[in-house]
Amino acid sequence: MARVIVDVMPKPELLDPQGKAVAGALPRLGFTQFQAVRQGKRFELEAAGPPTPELLEAARQAATVVLSNPVIEDVVSVRFDQADDAVAGDPA
Amino acid sequence: MTTRIGVVTFPGTLDDRDALRAVRLAGAEGVPLWHGDRSLHGVDAVVLPGGFSYGDYLRAGAIARFAPVMESIVAAAGGGLPVLGICNGFQVLTESHLLPGSMVKNNHLTFICREQRLRVENNGTAWTNQFAHGQEIVIPLKNQDGQFVADQRTLDQLEAEGRVAFRYQGWNPNGSRRDIAGITNEAGNVVGLMPHPEHAVEQGFGPDSAAGPRAGRDGLSFFASVIHHMAETGTALARG
Repeated sequence: MARVIVDVMPKPELLDPQGKAVAGALPRLGFTQFQAVRQGKRFELEAAGPPTPELLEAARQAATVVLSNPVIEDVVSVRFDQADDAVAGDPA
Repeated sequence: MTTRIGVVTFPGTLDDRDALRAVRLAGAEGVPLWHGDRSLHGVDAVVLPGGFSYGDYLRAGAIARFAPVMESIVAAAGGGLPVLGICNGFQVLTESHLLPGSMVKNNHLTFICREQRLRVENNGTAWTNQFAHGQEIVIPLKNQDGQFVADQRTLDQLEAEGRVAFRYQGWNPNGSRRDIAGITNEAGNVVGLMPHPEHAVEQGFGPDSAAGPRAGRDGLSFFASVIHHMAETGTALARG
């Protein structure tokens, strides 16, 4: 079984309202070290077969077409779960 | 011949019944359309109503975009079928790339529900031709993800081509770029807006207006516009 991790973040030039809300809550709870927070999404895609470059490419496609909206978000990372990294030969 | 206006129901759609009622009150026939049915049943125009299609999971409108009915709507819109996207329906239109830009959470992070003043910036579309240019209207606004965003180039292009259909007046309720409440495509047959015309169609159930409390019926003109548009351009071609 292979697991692909896809990370999607709001575009840096966009105000991230959810991140802003979290950033506002942190100091109220005593976490005064952090000035800014951005909140994104992590997807875990599981496939029955071995981790192959083709599988990673399919995940990249899915990340672009479905998992993110390029108007407001960037796909920042598409990678195999740590355990599979060595097998994948992922150039990224 | 009565204009037939289809109203799509997705799982989680909220305002389909109100939209069908608005269509009827405007003098057209309302035709319920189902998300899983590719057929548009020969309707003259389509409304994508408000709500929370597929629970707004992933992104508002993102999953609805892949519904079978949307394939037919995207194709027909390319051929001139009038399509109105209201609130969640507007989000579906941007996710389908029928309209540019996107909607993100309101800048104040809260759900908002209010009677909203708008200025009609483009009265040359299939859904706005019964308004005067620059007319001020009041219709309800209720959303969580209503902040319209697009890159500078897209915003400049929308302005230059006169494709901003509606602008918020008095107060920008969600942080939308350039106070944009609604836009249209190049051909003027596809219009999307965040506020809800279908909630301002009936005496006693609309926003407060000069005519009296809850007497606002500015929303009717959206549906009257598309009826007029169909009368001008002839009946719809036979569509799926």
